[in-house]
Amino acid sequence: MSASRLAAGGSDIDRDRPLTFTFDGRRVEGFAGDTIASALLAGGQTVVGRSFKYHRPRGIWGSGVEEPNALVDVEGAAGRVPNARATTVQAADGITVRSVNASPTAENDRNAVLDRFARFLPAAFYYKTFMWPDWHLFEPRIRAMAGLGVVDSDWQPRKVSDQVNHHCDVLVVGAGPAGLAAAASAAAAGHSVVLADDGAHPGGSLRHRAGEVDGVEGKAWVEVTVAGLKGAGQLVLSDTTAFGLYDHNLVALNQRHADGRPDTLWRVRPRRIVLATGAIERPVPFANNDLPGILSADAALSYLRRHGVLVGREVVVATNNDSAYEPALALAAAGASVTVVDCRRDGGAQAKTRIRVLAGRTVAAARGRSAVQGVLLDEGTTLAADCVLISGGWTPTVHLFSQAKGKLAWSDQLAAFIPGEAIGEIAVAGAVAGTVSLSDALASGAAAPGDFGSSSPAPRGTGTEATLGVVSLWPKPKARGRVWVDYQSDVTARDVELAARENFVSVEHLKRYTTLGMATDQGKTSNLNGLALLADITGRGIPDVGTTTYRPPFTPVPFASLAGSRRGSMHVPVRRLPLEANHRRAGGVFQEYGGWLRPAYYGGGEADASIQEEARRARQSVALFDGSTLGKIEVIGPRAAEFVDFIYYNTMSTLKPGHCRYGFMLSENGVVFDDGVLVRLDEHRFIVSCSSSHVAAVHARLEEWRQDRFGRDAVYIHNATAQYATLTVSGPNARQVMEALDLGVALDDASLPHMAVAAGRFAGDEVRIARVSFTGDRSYEISIRADRAEALWARMQQEGRAFDAVLLGLESLMILRAEKGYIVIGKDTDGTTMPHDLGVAGPRTKRADEFVGRRSLFTEAANGTDRNRLVGLAVREGEAPLATGAHGVEKRDGRLRSIGFVTSSYQSPALGRPVALALIERGPARHGETIDVQHLGVVRQATIVAPCALDPEGRRLHA
Amino acid sequence: MQLFPCPFCGPREESEFQYGGEAGNLRPDRDVTAERWADYLHMRDNPKGPTREIWVHMTCGEFFAMSRDSVNHKVSGSSVLGDVEHGR
Ligand SMILES: [Zn+2]
Repeated sequence: MSASRLAAGGSDIDRDRPLTFTFDGRRVEGFAGDTIASALLAGGQTVVGRSFKYHRPRGIWGSGVEEPNALVDVEGAAGRVPNARATTVQAADGITVRSVNASPTAENDRNAVLDRFARFLPAAFYYKTFMWPDWHLFEPRIRAMAGLGVVDSDWQPRKVSDQVNHHCDVLVVGAGPAGLAAAASAAAAGHSVVLADDGAHPGGSLRHRAGEVDGVEGKAWVEVTVAGLKGAGQLVLSDTTAFGLYDHNLVALNQRHADGRPDTLWRVRPRRIVLATGAIERPVPFANNDLPGILSADAALSYLRRHGVLVGREVVVATNNDSAYEPALALAAAGASVTVVDCRRDGGAQAKTRIRVLAGRTVAAARGRSAVQGVLLDEGTTLAADCVLISGGWTPTVHLFSQAKGKLAWSDQLAAFIPGEAIGEIAVAGAVAGTVSLSDALASGAAAPGDFGSSSPAPRGTGTEATLGVVSLWPKPKARGRVWVDYQSDVTARDVELAARENFVSVEHLKRYTTLGMATDQGKTSNLNGLALLADITGRGIPDVGTTTYRPPFTPVPFASLAGSRRGSMHVPVRRLPLEANHRRAGGVFQEYGGWLRPAYYGGGEADASIQEEARRARQSVALFDGSTLGKIEVIGPRAAEFVDFIYYNTMSTLKPGHCRYGFMLSENGVVFDDGVLVRLDEHRFIVSCSSSHVAAVHARLEEWRQDRFGRDAVYIHNATAQYATLTVSGPNARQVMEALDLGVALDDASLPHMAVAAGRFAGDEVRIARVSFTGDRSYEISIRADRAEALWARMQQEGRAFDAVLLGLESLMILRAEKGYIVIGKDTDGTTMPHDLGVAGPRTKRADEFVGRRSLFTEAANGTDRNRLVGLAVREGEAPLATGAHGVEKRDGRLRSIGFVTSSYQSPALGRPVALALIERGPARHGETIDVQHLGVVRQATIVAPCALDPEGRRLHA
Repeated sequence: MQLFPCPFCGPREESEFQYGGEAGNLRPDRDVTAERWADYLHMRDNPKGPTREIWVHMTCGEFFAMSRDSVNHKVSGSSVLGDVEHGR
């Protein structure tokens, strides 16, 4: 191939603005307006990549999104983009471009030797060969050999991708003649329009194909039309690919920016969608049709007219249709020697006087090693060539239409699938709809907006109109040599034949067996040739074979664009305590617990030692703990008492105002869903104090039952969790610290007994004091407005100093509650645990009224005697704690089986030995029994005991 | 991304909603057979085509009934829960 830049011409480039970049370390010169591909061609770079499987040398094939070969890693202002199509990325000064799947360079690739073994590497070779002993043994090496671009694992965005939600009346995808006519018609009717095009400039085929609209030269008409749209305030987006069409008219677009900004994601919801997505030129099947220097005829014309690049000097054009003649004539006029090989006997009649046409002939094979050097014709003669243009007809870009579940129809006239029956407010126009002439494209565009269009006459083509006259020229079975069907995933006609022979005759099976159409280009150039070949082999018509399913995205979209700002800490934002800064100053080490960022322990010391020390000191004198994450959901209204009775497993309506009660909430299947304390403030007002990580779910469940069963005006529910901080004082000296806080509340046990609630004041603010305990020691929870919590916390620490108060992190609290056998739902329970499994059987047997989940507590499964039930486990003297998750095991009929598992396990500093909770089959009936506990192959013994290991009489609650 | 019409807020994206179940799955009386209770808990019609379902709009917290087509995802309407859905 001897591509070169001509001395003049190229409508897209600005010869006054030269630029340079490197490709595989080599310096490449270009101009502003060049794509990486056009600059590489102008610089004579023939081999730009290596194929996926065989590492065959590959050159540039197309000039747009269809490009199967020229994938490159681009390092520029926006960081590194892997697997970019060189045909759609604008060249820029100073960027570094590397070929993919090639080392050290595309031209000298050390894996090129693979191609010599090609006949031993048919479709599915790797799957068939590397089955034994295990595919995963070979996978890393094979993947390393087969990979494409290199992802920069240290990549960080310099800026976050913008994401724009937009509504409009009409969205037009594609700014070729049909799309422009559609946009102009909708705009003229006064509707809001978005016109999006994936090229750098609007115009589509009018940018490089001859055309005249309403007496004006095509490109001038494009300029005027676009200026008119912009002037009317319509949105015209270039470098913007509509990659997905989703339910209810949502279209997703990815916009690229030449200035280094990250891509922008657009979510557009138009009332009507016009798809003017054009068509893609198909390759012509012949042996070695993948050699560098063989490219799409339309692409060659585009490089000539838009970039002033002549792709070859000695050019053979292989075709089956009329559209190849404009490129052939244009390249001849630019100085190339051109021969057209037209498979039609009457092909090229009008061009014969100007160029050499071999009608009724086909190319059988291309010659050359790392670049094309000539072709062998079907009758045996050879032609020398440094470039072969191929034009096998046009495949309408039906992807978005098909994503919208539109059905396709086969057109014999076009030898292609075109959109069938219209669907909803989605119209197609131009080449995607099967039009050939400019006038037809414009007319179909102007009509496409339907009710959103204007009634003024459509623009008309006034020059020579294009014709197609395409005949079928599909790959044939048993052809000589290697005929490439899919360039990007290296699928040949023989692979398709092999698949059919092995009975993969469904098109979806063919795709997966051979990987035809599964590469990053999704088979834009290859699918139809593959289908046609399969149809031939299996004796079916092409429409009977059908197409594979089209799915988004149309082209690869960067994850950064899809993610937008939802990345890193913004991906799933953590909830933060009002007093986080105070805890950090006190040396709090934070971890996430159920979505909340909370102090795990305090102090910079070793974690285990710090946690043990906190738990030890908490039992000695007094501990302070931030429990602000506890749920505080208010239930208010005339039927509130009836409501909480229905919601809870335990009867709650008998609770006296000023008191609280511990209870379970069940799911309708009888499984314990949450536990916690219910506070009754007055006759009609309760506060549901649920698990920290469960607040949203409990709130949703309360709302559901309220709306479903009680009515909106009978009960009112308000989630006040975030409004209050809850600070806890616990331990033998808790009352002394509370006295010192001077909250205006009588703290003697007669006035404020265990499970009672009182209202007090701190620095002028009302506080709620609840005497409840999760440690087993005398405890007080003080709830205060979140924005006033800091002063109270400071005062608590100040008054606590006299009592050697310790700050409790969540980890030491877990030890304290486990010593007492207090459970954490979801940790000490699973998706089968019912209340009687936790030793709370009273309401099940005594309650006569209805509550959530009641019926499920009396099923055969619920009555079963071998249920897993909560117990404690004691290890032998001097042994370490059991592993959480370890299974109790026993032998039955010679087989080892699980009889439950350890749910919580800690070293207890107060007891000087480990404590553990477990769910064990028939647990409570087996107290005193020693069982085997297995973890990672090690079996230990543990004795089943009561869950409560410390102070079973509960004296410390009142101490 | 589908658009669902919340009867209280108007059209909103589907990510704001959660499915609440098929409409008409009324909670049985307390002393039903285990089979009837299992039906209520587990058995669903899962119709192909027109459906009537309960959804909740998480951002306003309101449950409502929505009619839509499970094949082509067309939504034909939504309504505040009435006596039928409440089993009254
Ligand atoms: Zn709503």
